[in-house]
Amino acid sequence: MIGLPRPLYTALKLAALAGVVAILAVLPRFMGEFRVGQFTFVGIYFIALLGLNILTGYSGQISLGHGAFMGIGAYVTAVLTLGRKGLVLFGHHPPHWLPLGDGMRPALTIPIALVVTGIVGLLFGMPALRLAGVSLALATFAVAVSLPTVAKRFEDVTGGGGGLSLPLPETPFGLHVSAPHWLYYEAWGCAAILFVVAWVLVRARVGRAWRAIRDGELAATASGVSPALYKTLAFGVSSAFAGVAGSLLAIQVAFVNPDTFPLSLSILLLASVVVGGLGSLSGVIVGALMLEFLPVYAQHPPLFGQSFSKQAPGVVFGVVLILIMFAVPAGAAGLLRRIVRPLTKPVPTVSD
Amino acid sequence: MALLEVDQVTRRFGGIVALSDVSLELEEGTIGGLIGPNGAGKTTLFNVITRMYKADSGRVVFDGRNLLRVRPTRVIRAGVARTFQNVALFPSMTVLDNVLVGAHTRVRPFGDRTGKALARETLEALTLSPLADRVVAGLPFGTLKQIELARALVSRPRLLLLDEPAGGLNHEEVGELGGLIRRIRKDFDLTVFLVEHHMNLVMSVCDRVHVLNFGQKIAEGTPAEVRADPAVIQAYLGTDSAAA
Repeated sequence: MIGLPRPLYTALKLAALAGVVAILAVLPRFMGEFRVGQFTFVGIYFIALLGLNILTGYSGQISLGHGAFMGIGAYVTAVLTLGRKGLVLFGHHPPHWLPLGDGMRPALTIPIALVVTGIVGLLFGMPALRLAGVSLALATFAVAVSLPTVAKRFEDVTGGGGGLSLPLPETPFGLHVSAPHWLYYEAWGCAAILFVVAWVLVRARVGRAWRAIRDGELAATASGVSPALYKTLAFGVSSAFAGVAGSLLAIQVAFVNPDTFPLSLSILLLASVVVGGLGSLSGVIVGALMLEFLPVYAQHPPLFGQSFSKQAPGVVFGVVLILIMFAVPAGAAGLLRRIVRPLTKPVPTVSD
Repeated sequence: MALLEVDQVTRRFGGIVALSDVSLELEEGTIGGLIGPNGAGKTTLFNVITRMYKADSGRVVFDGRNLLRVRPTRVIRAGVARTFQNVALFPSMTVLDNVLVGAHTRVRPFGDRTGKALARETLEALTLSPLADRVVAGLPFGTLKQIELARALVSRPRLLLLDEPAGGLNHEEVGELGGLIRRIRKDFDLTVFLVEHHMNLVMSVCDRVHVLNFGQKIAEGTPAEVRADPAVIQAYLGTDSAAA
């Protein structure tokens, strides 16, 4: 047998996880507010990528529309935070039948964004069942293309092209932390909860069903796994995650408009999931770090003293993606596995 | 009453009649063989029984229930499990997880200790336990076929359909296969229906053999009867050779 005994291997994994959690918990103490904000974005992307990895990495369906699902979550949070009064104050005329409320604490809108976006994802997952591979990618792409237009069309609720401004973030409950720190812990708190949810899901029956469908739909069907049910479920769960990410993003930037979630975001999300490693949760953090920091460093490379054009991040992202596909097709998670495995391989004994 | 009754099943693909009014019965606890030249419709019949293909007409009655009205994902719940001609496992998953997918309908959504125990028990019965945590991709072909068998058995089916269980196996493995099939029939209380080209295996293991040619059933009987049947000989050797 290759590898450590299972319990030891699991213990090692948990220790690594605890280490990451500890680092993330103390990180804001050692950096300025701008940096803290950047790492809040890492947490937000981490959540979106977890969800996308469930869809693409585990259930094997490609989505080029996850930016749009984030957008839906963001609009839910923006609209509910403002409430009917807030929208009217900004000169909008939301239809009377919409249950908008009188404005909510932003943090409380997060679970609502999760549910609403999850339902939208489920509904979208149903027609997507008839599509696979490139056709499915195109259909999700259409969602990403149409979201800005839809947002502009229903400007009575969404604020149209001008978007919606949220009240500036503040720390609730009289806690003695600055707003950026609060947002950081809010984002990473959600990330931690959703990581555990994802961890549990992919190890449960539903996770096995997702992987089975990805590996062989016919054999899965013969085993009693319904591809239709589990593919739809993957879409629902995945977009619910994206909804939380979008909701947090709206709170973080205190503003939403149709350009907050451009097409390029959807594409970069997919690329980052691949970089992190499909079908593995441990690489997701690497994808999230890259999604936040690569564009920054690509445009202003360190130790170079010169800035590149605004197009540079896209090009660099592409080059990095190609290099990774050649060097470590399984992404960061695959690289990690490749490093760890020889270290943990026991010396073969006679009884082997 | 027969456990499985295929009643005048017809299936066309465009202008080709893959199955033409095929009828056959399988008694509970027996091992049935389905033979015939390439393209005779053997796998098509398996696919109709397990609802991978729709039948154009006819009935498939299993344990008093028309399977053709059962959804494809419910066939295994009804008690029919199968293996595939070219081995259809989930290559990126471990052996244990592959078998657990086979137990999908018997396992609770979360915290499935009973399912795991069932899977491990099944692996043990096929002496696959040492491989439980190995990823399937890269394992030898003969082992893959055994894992596929474990995945089918873990659902504790009443009817097991084996599509060319000896295909791709070496001489030694084929020799062991006959004993294995008889053993699992006894241990798992099964009725077995198998498609096979390997005649020695069919003749040694099957209680009854059904012969298809060009989508039609041309013979049925004990292995000895079928082997002596002129229609079967003609189907295998061809009209020209028979005339010559």
